[in-house]
Amino acid sequence: MATLADSEPLDASGGSDWRAGGIWVGGLLAVLGMYMATLYAPTERTMSHAQRIFYVHVPAAWAGFLAFGVVFVCSIGFLWTRRRSYDLAAQASTEVGVVFTTLAIISGAVWGRAAWGTWWTWDPRLTTTFMLWFIYAVSLMVRAYGGPGSQSGRFAAVLGIVGFLDIPLIHLSVVWWRSMHPLPVVVRSEGFGSGLHPAMLQALLVNVAAFTLLYIALSGIRRAQLVAADAVAARREEQRIREGTLAREGTR
Amino acid sequence: MSAVGTVGQLLWKDLVVEWRGREILTAMLVFSMLVAVVFNFAFSPSPADAPRLLPGMLWVTLAFASTLGLSRSFVLEHDHGAIEALRLFPFDPSLIYAGKLLANLLYLLAVEILLLPALAAIAGVPLLASAGPLAVILVLGSIGLVAVGTIFSAMSVNTRIREVLLPVLLFPLAAPVLISGVRAMLSVLAGASWGAILPGLRILIAFDVVFLVVGYVIFEFVLEE
Amino acid sequence: MRAIEVEGLTKAFGPIHALRGVTLAVDAGDALVIFGPNGAGKTTLLKTIATLIRPTGGSVRLFGIDPRADVRLRAQIGVVSHQSYLYPGLTGAENLLFAARLYGVSRPAERVARLLETVGLTARAPDLVRTYSRGMAQRLSIARSLVHDPPLLLLDEPYTGLDRQAAGVLTGLLTAMRGTRTIVLTTHSIEQGLALCDRMAILVDGLIAYEAEDGLQDLHAVERIYAECVGVPA
Repeated sequence: MATLADSEPLDASGGSDWRAGGIWVGGLLAVLGMYMATLYAPTERTMSHAQRIFYVHVPAAWAGFLAFGVVFVCSIGFLWTRRRSYDLAAQASTEVGVVFTTLAIISGAVWGRAAWGTWWTWDPRLTTTFMLWFIYAVSLMVRAYGGPGSQSGRFAAVLGIVGFLDIPLIHLSVVWWRSMHPLPVVVRSEGFGSGLHPAMLQALLVNVAAFTLLYIALSGIRRAQLVAADAVAARREEQRIREGTLAREGTR
Repeated sequence: MSAVGTVGQLLWKDLVVEWRGREILTAMLVFSMLVAVVFNFAFSPSPADAPRLLPGMLWVTLAFASTLGLSRSFVLEHDHGAIEALRLFPFDPSLIYAGKLLANLLYLLAVEILLLPALAAIAGVPLLASAGPLAVILVLGSIGLVAVGTIFSAMSVNTRIREVLLPVLLFPLAAPVLISGVRAMLSVLAGASWGAILPGLRILIAFDVVFLVVGYVIFEFVLEE
Repeated sequence: MRAIEVEGLTKAFGPIHALRGVTLAVDAGDALVIFGPNGAGKTTLLKTIATLIRPTGGSVRLFGIDPRADVRLRAQIGVVSHQSYLYPGLTGAENLLFAARLYGVSRPAERVARLLETVGLTARAPDLVRTYSRGMAQRLSIARSLVHDPPLLLLDEPYTGLDRQAAGVLTGLLTAMRGTRTIVLTTHSIEQGLALCDRMAILVDGLIAYEAEDGLQDLHAVERIYAECVGVPA
């Protein structure tokens, strides 16, 4: 009877802790950023305190678009090399990106309500962000319902590429459409003040840096989870095959 | 066989099958007419309102009708494994994209030729004066719809939610076509010149070019296992 | 020259490994039968050889060349699948003509007529495939796989659900082409497979568990070996 050699244990340590470190640093930066947003930055002229949501809205939108850019690059990488690591990186970035984009949409709506009384303005940049959210949502649907993992990953990659190239065209078409009924100057997000006060810019940059770091750390953690899930599935498969082989040898 | 010959052969196959059954065209036409009628009931546009509402009604109807044709055209290939057979031929799988795209485009244009006058008649909007610009907008927009629609149709036919996935994929990604198409038609019906709709035409052309190229290049990855 | 050379072929669908290092070789003109339980990877192996599936690792060479290197090399391959590959909305003749033209067959009409005669469908050629019985459709599929006279024919469980006439046609064709065409066939019927082929392999869990060129006449011996490989108590 064959003896079961011990197989290598799965590495469950999660690799080096740079991701956890990233969360700490990003979190601290975000706290600093929130302080700067609420107390450090001066009050805006036309919208008063409501404008402070801008310090969440813009960095969140930035992170959402950055995440989609990463999805684009990883999608190309996946279709080119077929290495699963690209697929998993794209998936992680999609999942984290949709969270940031949702935050951007909600904060944009809240800002609109607080500053101008309406929950939604068809401001081109906000609208494009909303369309990005839809493309993310469809990506998640494709990954969930697109068939077995190898197929849905491939389809999600195609969508990642098509979607990314589509965003500028969506934006252009919304801008052109909007030019038919231009929003009053004060409602347009470009329209507040003429340029940013340096303290505002500093607050904004700190928050952008915080969100960027959080995006990197969060998607890194998510990717590690997906890699681990993969390893477990592969190990189970190996186990099943090994048991099958032993059973066969046993009947000889 | 040359690439053109191959695409021609693929297109011939689609058209012959469709001509004999006429399933796709019938479905698209009946559906379009129905939606047009429902829209008219919903909005009851006065002659003054009609030019404002017609473009939106038209493009929404076309968007939905196109999903009918697009999905049926790949179900044809999926049912008896014909798509696998197509992948065994000694030609570039991108030619399959070209063939399907042309077939879907022809179906969509056929529906438009019938739908637009019918809609205009029902809504009481005079179209003949602006036939030129309207035709250009329709053709450019239709190319865009089928360029991305063919990619997504090939994808969604392989999933268990195929009827749902295709429109869900198509509509957000075809947004530039729908937005620009509506906007351009509104301008035309309000009496604008070619110059006024030039930005929109540029967007439509850019969309068409980008996604025809992307579709052609990426299609083999959609089919491959 | 070797018609087929498969070396260390692996295919993973996500975390599932369908092929885990398959190595085999088939000489030109040989007929190989592959046995194996469901899920062993027979269809995956066949489709990978046919260039329908991209391998994760390892290599496939047909007549010395990687068939994925050039699309035109696909003209050497004919496939009979359990799917018919036919368009119900086209006639029998049109289905074959379509394939013939796309394979670049010279004088396609002649070739199609001859093939229809071989499989006994000349009378039904102008009818839509939608009106064919299953057996007729299967005969047409077989004809379709040969329309471009491929030196290599791959058949994935071709006898499944075949009626007697179609099975007879298939067996007749396979026997006639023995020695001239390279054949790889997967089947569940050990008896059938051994009758048609010169060599056999048994695929289990993505690996070749057994290969042989001789001793194929002894059905019981082969059945015993198969039972051992697959783990069914003898």
